[in-house]
Amino acid sequence: MSYLEYNAKYVPVGPRKILYLNWPLALLLTAVAGVGFLMLYSVAGGSFSPWAEPQMKRFAMGFVLMMLVAMVPIWLWRNLAGVAFAGSLLLLLAVEFFGSVGMGAQRWIDLGFMRLQPSELTKVTLVMVLAAYYDWLPPHKKSHPFWVLIPVILILVPTFLVLRQPDLGTSILLMTAGGGLMFLAGVHWAYFAAVIASAGGLITAVFQSRGTDWQLLKDYQYRRIDTFLDPSSDPLGAGYHITQSQIALGSGGWTGRGFMQGTQSRLNFLPEKHTDFIFTTLAEEFGFVGAFSLLILYTLIIVFCVASALANKDRFSSLLTLGVALNFFLFFAVNMSMVMGLAPVVGVPLPLVSYGGSAMLVLMIAFGLTQSAHVHRPR
Amino acid sequence: MKRPRVDTEANHRKLTRRAALLGGAQLLFVGALGARMQFLQVDQADQFRLLAEENRINVRLIPPARGEVFDRNGIPLARNVPSYRIVVVREDAGDVENVISRLGKIVDLDAEELERAMAEIKRSPPFLPVTVADEVAWEDLSRVSVNAPALPGLTPEVGLSRVYPQGSDFAHVLGYVGPVSDYDLERIEDPDQLLRIPRFQIGKVGVEAKIEENLRGKAGARRVEVNASGRIMRELDRREGVAGSDLQLTIDAKLQSYVQARLAEESASAVVMDLESGDLVAIASAPTYDPNLFVRGISTKDYNALTSNTYRPLASKSVQGTYPPGSTFKMITAMAALEDGLIGPDETVYCPGHLEVANRKFHCWKRAGHGWVDLQNSLKQSCDVYYYDLALKVGIEKITAMANRFGLGERHDVPMSAVAKGLTPTKDWKASTHGQDWVIGDTVNASIGQGYMLASPLQLCVMTARLATGRSITPRLVKSVDGVEQPSGAGTSMGMNENNLRKMRRAMYSVVNDRGGTAYGSRIIEDAVRMAGKTGTSQVRNITAAERARGVTRNEDLPWERRDHALFVNFAPYDNPKYAVAVVVEHGGGGSKAAAPIARDVTLQALYSGEPPLESYPTKDRGRIREQQRVLRDMRPLANIPGSDQA
Repeated sequence: MSYLEYNAKYVPVGPRKILYLNWPLALLLTAVAGVGFLMLYSVAGGSFSPWAEPQMKRFAMGFVLMMLVAMVPIWLWRNLAGVAFAGSLLLLLAVEFFGSVGMGAQRWIDLGFMRLQPSELTKVTLVMVLAAYYDWLPPHKKSHPFWVLIPVILILVPTFLVLRQPDLGTSILLMTAGGGLMFLAGVHWAYFAAVIASAGGLITAVFQSRGTDWQLLKDYQYRRIDTFLDPSSDPLGAGYHITQSQIALGSGGWTGRGFMQGTQSRLNFLPEKHTDFIFTTLAEEFGFVGAFSLLILYTLIIVFCVASALANKDRFSSLLTLGVALNFFLFFAVNMSMVMGLAPVVGVPLPLVSYGGSAMLVLMIAFGLTQSAHVHRPR
Repeated sequence: MKRPRVDTEANHRKLTRRAALLGGAQLLFVGALGARMQFLQVDQADQFRLLAEENRINVRLIPPARGEVFDRNGIPLARNVPSYRIVVVREDAGDVENVISRLGKIVDLDAEELERAMAEIKRSPPFLPVTVADEVAWEDLSRVSVNAPALPGLTPEVGLSRVYPQGSDFAHVLGYVGPVSDYDLERIEDPDQLLRIPRFQIGKVGVEAKIEENLRGKAGARRVEVNASGRIMRELDRREGVAGSDLQLTIDAKLQSYVQARLAEESASAVVMDLESGDLVAIASAPTYDPNLFVRGISTKDYNALTSNTYRPLASKSVQGTYPPGSTFKMITAMAALEDGLIGPDETVYCPGHLEVANRKFHCWKRAGHGWVDLQNSLKQSCDVYYYDLALKVGIEKITAMANRFGLGERHDVPMSAVAKGLTPTKDWKASTHGQDWVIGDTVNASIGQGYMLASPLQLCVMTARLATGRSITPRLVKSVDGVEQPSGAGTSMGMNENNLRKMRRAMYSVVNDRGGTAYGSRIIEDAVRMAGKTGTSQVRNITAAERARGVTRNEDLPWERRDHALFVNFAPYDNPKYAVAVVVEHGGGGSKAAAPIARDVTLQALYSGEPPLESYPTKDRGRIREQQRVLRDMRPLANIPGSDQA
């Protein structure tokens, strides 16, 4: 029984809940998705097919899902956290055995009507389970080594499974988001210092292992790191992504070439222009003004989430909302860094803008959880 | 389990602190992203925009029309004619093989070419046109057009291809064009972008190669937008090229054609020079070949036939071949002595048939000797001993210096391939190339144009021209470029004593016109056009001691490649020289027998601008000459074209 339930009588009930939704957040999400539709319409050469239309349908579906999730009381979600996490781990294992292989990686399960990417789902369930854990854990125990070890295991198991697919980007995101949540929960800072120090050691190990039998990453991942460090060394080969995306970005200038006037993406110089590299099209067609505006929109989403979390006296709700926000932040930060040549090309889509089914749906579910937390916050 | 309220409050404060920390870190990162965006999109925008244009815009060159070449009277020598080819675009054709087999029923397709085309079709992107049939006749083309609906993806295209209407007559002058090879690209520094166009044709030899820069013109360009796979999306703008310059050569096509026919299948060459301007009105080398074969791509069989021919049809002997000038060099030795004042007015030398120098016997061609000879008689009868004697007095330095003043040992500036420098030996030259000292015997040999002395027919012609005019005349092959007259080769006075020159010309006159002269048999009897000249017979083999003891071996008894070269140089008319002529017949035997008759016929043809009247020939030769003229007329298509002499 948590503190929340004492005040539950103040929580809105029935259809009135809709009035208590975090509407600014919902509007911001819709605005970002709208940018996505526009760009998908543009990269298809001014056509709703093949990308913009399905994306709109999916967003509509995602929006409804978000509302539905928001209507369910947050304590129900907290009680389901463990089950959801276990379920997503099972799905990850299923991918390991039955998943389809695409682009050299085994990432999704074909459900018939959609392709489910369990690694996406795991991002949310991990946040849920960690938030529930720290909600449950008496505060004075949180820095005790044993009680630190448990969440670490909770983080590492899915991280390892995702890394096996192999999906370096998502596993890094999982680990960072999990670590971030532990930090927010108030685990002693010395643990983080230790982890950062050992991460340094691990990176060294990764590079040392190259070319040996126990090589930790796939060859293509090493090559991506190489070309990240010096993309100009192979402009038509492995460094093509980075070089071309920077050219597209840079050629946008202040105000861009105008809607549907981007030459680089429309003439196919950019690979994956509708997924991971969609930001370049935006930057080329709307220039610095457009790209920066998107960045502001993203930041506002984070700000609204954080504000909602800090205003919420329920520990699970706060942690969950902050966790979702952190995840979302990592999403767009990694994607933008990658496209702008600040990070290796790891295959992280731009949230809500890139074409893609399960990522969008999972994100909307996650925001549904924050909405639920917002609606059902103790007053 | 119930939690104390204070505890959760404290917890919440901690959460807020941590959230503020993490949020601050996130904001910092967002700031970094914004800064990066600003750096890429604002600070470096110009540079990236340029790179983007390079990606997007492709410049496609439009090949310019190559300059055409005409003779001095405007007769076309090298033209561009439209040639038709059929190209196929795979994506439009659908089933390529089916379409091409249908095409094969309408048009004859070369199997080899087709195989190459099919391989190319498979290799190249589906939207790129590939040539299936080249040099398609107009009738075939119209048949393809009529059947167009049944032949999807096939389109006729028109291009320009080089044609040499005079065929083999100008092969050595004009050369030919051919597709750019890797070798060409390596050879040319900073090659023109045009050369990268597939199958673009450039001059390979001769005028086509030497004046390539003018003939080629400037490329036009189309700026097109392409996508990443190179497909053209649209044309942005178009700038037409500048056609190459038209050339007018100094050659008279009719005379050239005559000379080429007159040389026939001998391994010979002839040069005719206008004495007023230095214009080369004919410069021929035989045997010759058809340059059109090379433009279309010569077959291995034909090419092997050309290279294995002992008469070397591919060699441009008139400028590239160097021969010991033999007795034609005697004028130089004599001029060196005359200019040095070493020959008195009535000075004579006794020729016993040989001269002994440094314990070596140097023979006169006439073993019995010429007896007492003066300058004129020595030249007329080509007495060798007289010149041995002069050479010993004058010395090699002065002889070589005189030879150089007459253009020997100098690479004349003529835009033909492999123009030879020849050789006028000096003591230093021998020391540096052979590592041996110059001996007096070398001087003796040089005096009669033997030994190390080497000259090309062009050089001999220039030499004769300078003797005839006293001016430092130089050869000119290009009369005008795009209508702009090129500098004349008339030259200025060489500063020789006019009396000495007159003595030489008089002596050359007697070679041809006085009974007993070595070229008397090839004289012209029409007074207005009488010629003066000099025969030469140069040995190509080392004379063995046994041969020297025996004297002279009869040429006819030797295999062809060891026979003497026959040379003849002349100018005409004697009173008012208009043309200088040099003829060399490789291994032709005696100059008077093999070279002089050709030179005479060529001279007359030049002087009469066409077939000379039979009256200019000695009476007893006229029957033979008439027959020869008839044969040559039939050989030369140009002679029969009415109006071909229009200016």
